Amino acid sequence: MLYREAGQFKTTYAADQQLFPIRQDRIGLLLLLAVAFVGVPVLASEYWFSAILIPFLIFSLAALGLNILTGYAGQLSLGTAAFMAVGAYAAYNFQLRVEGIPILVSFICAGLTAAAVGILFGLPSLRIKGFYLAVATLAAQFFIVWCLTKFPWLSNHSSSGVISAQDIVIMGFNFDTPVSKYLLVLAIVSVMALAAKNLVRSSTGRAWMAVRDMDVAASVIGIKLMPTKLLAFAVSSFYCGVAGALYAFCYLGSVEPDGFSLDMSFKILFMIIIGGVGSILGCFLGAAFILLLPIFLDFTLPGVAELFGLPFSNATVSHIQILIFGALIMFFLIVEPHGLARLWQIAKEKLRLWPFPH
Amino acid sequence: MNFFLEVLVGGLLSGIMYALVALGFVLIYKASGVFNFAQGAMVYLAALSVVGVMEWGAPLWLAVILAFAIMTLFGIATEKLVLRKLVNQPPIALFMATIGLAFFIEGLAPMIFGSEPRALDLGIVDEPIPWILDNWNMVISKFDLVAAGVGALLVGTLALFFQYTRIGRALRAVADDHQAALSIGIPLQHIWAIVWGVAGFVALVAGMMWGARNGVQFALTFTALKALPVLILGGFTSVPGAIVGGLIIGASEKLAEIYIPPVMQDLFGGNFGGIEGWFPYVLALLFLLVRPEGLFGEKHIDRV
Amino acid sequence: MIKNFKPAVTAVAVSLAMLSQSAISAEQFFPIPSFRVGPYGANGQSFYGGFIDYLNYVNMKEKGVNGVQMTYEECETEYNTAKGIECYERLKSKAAQSAGPIHPMSTGISYALVDKSAQDKLPLTMMGYGRTDAVDGSVFPYAFPLVTTYQMQASAIIKFLKEKNGGSLAGKKIVYLYHDSAYGKEAIIALEAEASLNKFNLVQVPVAHPGNEQGAQWLKIRQERPDYVVFWGWGVMNQTALKAAQKVGFPRDKMIGSWWTGSEEDVVPAGEAAKGYMAATWNVSGKQVPVIADIEKVVYGAGKGNLQDASKIGTILYNRGVSAAVVSVEAIRKAQEKFGKGKPMNGTQVAWGLEHLDMTEARIKALGAANLLPEIKTSCSNHEGSGKVKIQQWDGNKWVPVTDWIEGNKALIHPLFQASAKQYAKEKGITPRDCSKEK
Repeated sequence: MLYREAGQFKTTYAADQQLFPIRQDRIGLLLLLAVAFVGVPVLASEYWFSAILIPFLIFSLAALGLNILTGYAGQLSLGTAAFMAVGAYAAYNFQLRVEGIPILVSFICAGLTAAAVGILFGLPSLRIKGFYLAVATLAAQFFIVWCLTKFPWLSNHSSSGVISAQDIVIMGFNFDTPVSKYLLVLAIVSVMALAAKNLVRSSTGRAWMAVRDMDVAASVIGIKLMPTKLLAFAVSSFYCGVAGALYAFCYLGSVEPDGFSLDMSFKILFMIIIGGVGSILGCFLGAAFILLLPIFLDFTLPGVAELFGLPFSNATVSHIQILIFGALIMFFLIVEPHGLARLWQIAKEKLRLWPFPH
Repeated sequence: MNFFLEVLVGGLLSGIMYALVALGFVLIYKASGVFNFAQGAMVYLAALSVVGVMEWGAPLWLAVILAFAIMTLFGIATEKLVLRKLVNQPPIALFMATIGLAFFIEGLAPMIFGSEPRALDLGIVDEPIPWILDNWNMVISKFDLVAAGVGALLVGTLALFFQYTRIGRALRAVADDHQAALSIGIPLQHIWAIVWGVAGFVALVAGMMWGARNGVQFALTFTALKALPVLILGGFTSVPGAIVGGLIIGASEKLAEIYIPPVMQDLFGGNFGGIEGWFPYVLALLFLLVRPEGLFGEKHIDRV
Repeated sequence: MIKNFKPAVTAVAVSLAMLSQSAISAEQFFPIPSFRVGPYGANGQSFYGGFIDYLNYVNMKEKGVNGVQMTYEECETEYNTAKGIECYERLKSKAAQSAGPIHPMSTGISYALVDKSAQDKLPLTMMGYGRTDAVDGSVFPYAFPLVTTYQMQASAIIKFLKEKNGGSLAGKKIVYLYHDSAYGKEAIIALEAEASLNKFNLVQVPVAHPGNEQGAQWLKIRQERPDYVVFWGWGVMNQTALKAAQKVGFPRDKMIGSWWTGSEEDVVPAGEAAKGYMAATWNVSGKQVPVIADIEKVVYGAGKGNLQDASKIGTILYNRGVSAAVVSVEAIRKAQEKFGKGKPMNGTQVAWGLEHLDMTEARIKALGAANLLPEIKTSCSNHEGSGKVKIQQWDGNKWVPVTDWIEGNKALIHPLFQASAKQYAKEKGITPRDCSKEK
């Protein structure tokens, strides 16, 4: 009922090929954007901006990058955080060393730098596949972080290797409050998410999916493997690089190379697996799940323990949190191995007929 | 020259320690195609069980037996409660499930046994053997030699187990082709439970060795990171590959740490030590470019 | 599903209710971003256990600070920067009226908080870690690397070695073995300055994180044949280094560690290999310190202790937590003297208190903390306040101090901080306060 598309006739090719062919989706998306751009800034508190919404959007963007590579082009990568680090350090250096460069140009350059590094580490994918490739991308993870620690020029000779992001000034306006940073991040992420949605349905995206499903078959039907795979690495790294720049500039303020650890790469991988491999929506759902679940547990568990009078110490509560986090990941995978995005799809199909199923 | 040999031998002996952890990965991947990321956490759980049970007053031998029981039960439970429900799912979902499992263990183990780092004394002192030190001026630790012996014994036993026992043959059959094995009446699920039990045993051995060496603590989970390059180099499916890969990685990483940073220092200035974190991965990567399936891995032929 | 959800909702409601209660005035609120799980969880348990126990102790013994009871809320950071920020933001909203000093005990988190806490006007304390150039309070009004910093500590260790060698280190060889991260790299600048001043030979040997394998490094050390090894490790790297030193036969009493390598947690897992090993510290261990013994009696006697395992009382890290709390509470006391006794102090007032600490030996003794920590006197231009450490030695069972308080070479080290702070101020466009005008 709610999602019935009966009566929505497509009379032109353009209408048939648009990004969101169902009217309800279009309305929903517009509503969502309206809420995000107008409603949230009015309602949310500073805690929500700095601690939840900004990291949520940034990690969604990074997950988007990884999903392009892993979900659409089928190349498993465990080096996402390192590409983010490249973006963060590149943006810092562009701001520092190029006189008068606008910050958004710095972000784009940071993305391009990350893309170049991504292509370099994508080269082995032409020969290596599957988990072998995944472990090989770990080389990128460790090597890049090591380089950032070892070449003092990259951190402007700071004795500890920590960089402190410059102010974000666009057209004379200083983005220094949490709300303004949130809006900036939201705008960038929205544009890039729409671009990604567009990209994956283009011929490039279809070539990626063909390579993902079977690369030998793809090459037989005339898809050139090398440019296709490398392009996936480049685009993916571009997204991660921009996410890294935002992570440094809009979220933490100061970053050290070790902050972009393997743990972070894994966290982003969790997001796309839980959210849904090969789904743009899934990146957002997964990021929300992975970021919010620990916070939710943090809020509820001590209360629950108190409610039942359980004699838990703080350490025990923290351990239980990790334990439940792990258990929930397994539980969700068993219930829906294709991720939260798939659940949404099922819900949509149900809603098409609801409340009058056959 | 003497120093070179010393580094080489030290590296080879460290490599065996890596191989001990890598073996656990190989066993599970071989039999069920699951890349078990929780192997590092299992090493931690095993070592922690040993010291935890000892703290309750049990002697070492009893603690080891109990820890083995815990690991076996845990392995079987994992197989029955988690992985069986994910049969036929994409490998990445299974991989993710084992990461969830790793979190689960990292929360559970210290909750039961406490999280403070503890010593595990196996009665072998980690000191240079005086005789070798006097005659060749080389530092070879007694403990490392014992660890190497244990590693060799473990690989030998596993090889014999795979080659000559009924279960071992069944395991190999399952590894080759699940469906074919199932169709000739090999009980797939029992086999997987056994594999997880054996992997638990390997984790126990690795955990005791690493625990005695560096103390039993959370950082034991990081041993998995040392095992991954070994795994790529040796191939995911080969038991001897794990050992050979371990030796290559151990030796080359130590030699690289000694000899590469000075060269880079001459080139760029500054201190370039601490390359052990990435060197094994880059080495394995370069190696893979020549042999994409690892040293002893099975060659995979793509067909359309 | 609905059924399961209900307790969760009530729990949220309950925890929210508890939160709003803690905001009632006449209470001094301490936001505590702590860590009790993960690779360094054991360290956090002892440190924050000591910290919280002391707060409760003051509440129980003296009815708080001039009648102001101290409350706190913990938030688990897992020693992870992003989670630390989340915790900080969460706790911040409750710290608007009254805020005790924040101790994140993580270099990464404290770096990320330096700017934020200054914006929010909340005092950030980094006792023995974090951004060391914050010693210069003119640029960092809300950041306090109290007691001592990595650089001053390194300098103090060199001083100790120099005295041990009859006043000169000329021609000696010292290896600096360090965790290859911001933490380990901080001390290099000080050691290099000391090396050129004292004409010793400095060899830097980095160890990649996590440092559970140091075979190559120690063979290299064996080949170098240094007179001493100065050691900056963290977590598993500490035990591994001690074991590896034993393996190559390097005498442990020629190894001097930083204060994050010198707790029971660091040496006990290494067993016999740790015997004779020395480390710097700014607090002593043991229950001979009156306040520690009294906490055990008062707080644990009433069954309100924070530690799960009471045998940790008197360990280095537990006592370090207590000493951090002693300084924090003293800052509040100091602030109350200026801004009104018996009132909760807000962030700016507490920062004022931290900037005007004057803990003489007599004052420390009066607090029952005689010899627990060195004298501290802070000012606008000196947020460190002491720069003194003791060298202690592990005798196989406990840490035994082998020296009195040793002060690092302030004339050599502090200009380094000022230069670095100046660069930071320039990058960030901060106009430094004029410290000569601060009272």
